[in-house]
Amino acid sequence: MVHLITELSKYTMIILFALYTYQCFSALKRSVDPEEQAWKYRKQVIYLYLFHLNAYAVLFLSTKNLDLLKFYLEQVAFFAAVQICYGIFYKRVSKLVVNNMCMLLCIGFVMLTRLSYKHAVKQFAIAVVSMAVTMLIPYFISRWKFVKSLTWIYALAGITMLGVVAVLGAVSHGAKLSFSVAGIAVQPSEFIKIIFVFFVASMFYESTEFDQIVKATLVAALHVIILVLSRDLGAGLIFFIAYMVMLYVATRKLYYFAGGMICGAAASVAAYFLFNHVRVRVVAWQDPLAVFEREGNQISNSLFAIGTGGWFGMGLNQGMPYKIPEVKQDFIFSAIAEELGGIFAICLILVCVSCLLMFLNIAMQIKDMFYKLVALGLGTIYGFQIFLSIGGDIKFIPSTGVTLPLVSYGGSSLLSTLIIFAIIQGLYLMRERGEELEQTESKEKPGNKKEKEAKMEEKKGRQTEKRDREETKKKDPKEKRPKKKKGLGRKGEISSHEETIHGTKIQDFD
Amino acid sequence: MKRRSTERKSKTSTNREKNREFAVITYLFVGMFILMMGYFVYFQVFRSEDFINSPYNTRQNTFAEHVVRGEIRSADGKTLAQTVVGEDGSETRYYPYGNMFAHAVGYDSNGKSGIESFGNFSLLRSHAFFLEQVFNGIQDQKNQGDNVITTLNYDLQETAYQALGNNRGAVVALDPATGKILAMVSKPDFDPNTIAAEWESIIADTDSDNSVLVNRAAQGLYPPGSTFKILTTLEYIRENPNYQNYAYDCTGSITMENTEIHCYHNSVHGTENLESSFANSCNTSYANIGLGLDKKAFRKLSEDLLFQKNLPIPYASSKSSFTLKENANTDEVTQTAIGQGETLMTPMHLAMITSAIANQGVLMRPYVIDHTENYKGVTVKNYRASQYGTLISEEEAGKLQEFMKKVVTEGTGSKLSGQSYQAAGKTGSAEFSSNKSESHAWFTGYASTEEQGTIVVTVIVEKGGSGSAAAVPVAKQVFDRYFYR
Repeated sequence: MVHLITELSKYTMIILFALYTYQCFSALKRSVDPEEQAWKYRKQVIYLYLFHLNAYAVLFLSTKNLDLLKFYLEQVAFFAAVQICYGIFYKRVSKLVVNNMCMLLCIGFVMLTRLSYKHAVKQFAIAVVSMAVTMLIPYFISRWKFVKSLTWIYALAGITMLGVVAVLGAVSHGAKLSFSVAGIAVQPSEFIKIIFVFFVASMFYESTEFDQIVKATLVAALHVIILVLSRDLGAGLIFFIAYMVMLYVATRKLYYFAGGMICGAAASVAAYFLFNHVRVRVVAWQDPLAVFEREGNQISNSLFAIGTGGWFGMGLNQGMPYKIPEVKQDFIFSAIAEELGGIFAICLILVCVSCLLMFLNIAMQIKDMFYKLVALGLGTIYGFQIFLSIGGDIKFIPSTGVTLPLVSYGGSSLLSTLIIFAIIQGLYLMRERGEELEQTESKEKPGNKKEKEAKMEEKKGRQTEKRDREETKKKDPKEKRPKKKKGLGRKGEISSHEETIHGTKIQDFD
Repeated sequence: MKRRSTERKSKTSTNREKNREFAVITYLFVGMFILMMGYFVYFQVFRSEDFINSPYNTRQNTFAEHVVRGEIRSADGKTLAQTVVGEDGSETRYYPYGNMFAHAVGYDSNGKSGIESFGNFSLLRSHAFFLEQVFNGIQDQKNQGDNVITTLNYDLQETAYQALGNNRGAVVALDPATGKILAMVSKPDFDPNTIAAEWESIIADTDSDNSVLVNRAAQGLYPPGSTFKILTTLEYIRENPNYQNYAYDCTGSITMENTEIHCYHNSVHGTENLESSFANSCNTSYANIGLGLDKKAFRKLSEDLLFQKNLPIPYASSKSSFTLKENANTDEVTQTAIGQGETLMTPMHLAMITSAIANQGVLMRPYVIDHTENYKGVTVKNYRASQYGTLISEEEAGKLQEFMKKVVTEGTGSKLSGQSYQAAGKTGSAEFSSNKSESHAWFTGYASTEEQGTIVVTVIVEKGGSGSAAAVPVAKQVFDRYFYR
């Protein structure tokens, strides 16, 4: 009986997660019926709970550990609380991002419980505290205007902390990454990347003149160099890419981006010859089995796990993911691929991509350059970290030892990712307020389905007008901003936002 | 209305312009992730087997719980190993031909060897139709593992096994064009069916002459004797483009400093050129040649021909050694030139050098797993022939082929002449102890016909005496079976 359930669950879990993933992209598609859209998100939540139940049922049956029942119920309460809190306090956030956040956390809890119950409990406790704290961020992020002007404080804070870690930090896994505060190991680079994004955003918000770019580039380079010297290659790469993307969007000059990438490639080659810890990663990547006894051990074990798992996986608790060194942190993806299967793993990548698209989507829609760059920078950090983590696990690229956000074990990584998600949600709220403003100003009632096309085009016109307005406003600071009004007559009406990403309409309802 | 629509159009395009950077970034990200997912699929479909089948992958025990180990079969369809499942679900590994394939197929208890070892994961994987696997999984039934189809030819293996008789030694047969291992016999041997029961006594027997678990074909290190003259000849040709002018008057022995070298059985060969020295396997002539050779270049040649290297074969193997130093004295040089001295090599290694000569200088990597298929016979994976590299030039291979043909037509391998196939080779009688009366008998060579292609056979008969008397007849039986079946 136990075997039957374990075996069947392999397939039901894949099906549930595939359905969930389908809804992620189905929700991105254009749909005119808000009811239908809301139903899609509700379905996602249902799939989440069913997957969660299914996974813990298997874990319980295969371990017979009664503590798991309590742990499971605590998690259900946690997810319910997150959904309810967002539902009550932040109605206008992206439901898709909330669902994805919960789903990724859920997969992380399941996998960590399977790998080490003790660590899963610890991770869960950190998640609860972090979630409670970050729940406040969406409210404050748009109201604290001073965050735009802390430019050099960000730079100072970032470089000081990185420098201190590099000099004093404990040596963990060959890289100086963390130090302990009151018995809790903190990995500052996880938080500094957020501060770094704020620094770059405020720099380019002030100006995109050449000398400003030079200053920003110097500070960014300093961050990256400290990280590479303290052997945190993954974080160094993430900082670099985030900076290049933000520079490109702020200046709108492709040759900056292309030139920067070429410099980055040259620097990588130089780093390969200069630093042994870079060479080791490349050697392990080229032929892991040839150097199995040394450098290639971790990546070989990861590939054994992924290959052995195949498309359908070995089933929870049926594989040997614990053979992979650092499986809880850097190689959680391989453990998922081994036990839950290759199909599940691909769905996981797709869910992460759908999150990333939502991040880029909000970045594109925001008109305020500062917040636009913040959203873009955070999105890039999130997206590129996923790429480095999974790409390294499957030997697509050399392993850089970064965690998979929200899924991997690690308090710093979890908290910093939740902060990023919360900031993004805050920006969704901010955009909503901007929309309300526009709608009440134009005094135009939302049209019916037939008129939608025309209305949408008009709205784009309005947005351009509004930008023009903002520009004149900048020239004349005395002119007061129109007062914000409550969304009159909005209740029960369609509120839709459409933007164009490379010609595809992406629409988001709430 | 018209004006409005054009206005709208222009605004849309500015909007699009405004978002160009976002389009670029989004495209880049989406492209990166699509490539990554593509790689993941590619890995699962094409590359994962290499990793799953790695001997480092310790997940094998997990597999054995869900899969009945598959069969090992010969190229001509004979079952060489199979798992018999009893009524009570107990599994026994059964080897229908017992000792005959002991070293080639290997054993699967008290550790693993041979194909049972390096084919382990293929045998423990099931590519049965996936719905069937799902069904079996639900019923808690084991899936039937995949079968490994080898390149081993039953007839040749049987012939080689019988021909070697009660002697210790080894026979290797290769297809030089592909690298397929057609037969591999090593004696003394063991019965894999009963190895578990006999394990203690096998381990307790420390007499190195017995050591039944050693696969002499790939792990046995022997002095190559006169077969090594192939390398000496090649080195001489390289250093002396006018090698055809070589002349030597053999008087049956040669004394240099304080060593005396005799020809086998003290034969007197008279005036010889390089070709007849090779065909007669004239020790005194080769001692004379050896003294003129550049030791550094000779050493380089030996390394190019895989001395001191791990052989590129799936079986566990020993490294052949060639240790001629720059400062070697006359005695060492002359002994090395005729294949005595410190030089040691494995029969498989000699077969591979012969294979490269027969294949115009190109060595094909020897392999023994031809393909794997699921229990219903659907091919899972084909293992293709692959080049190891060009060991010697095509021209050099051609010259050595001529020399080796002369051995059969006019020299020590004349027992192979007058057949419908054309044979070529080199014999050897390797002294292995101070007792000069005992020697290992060697033969390495190939035979071919237009229709049936080429086969390489290398034979060593321990304490067999002269190569022409003891080893050539074994090779002949294998050639005959191959061409006259």
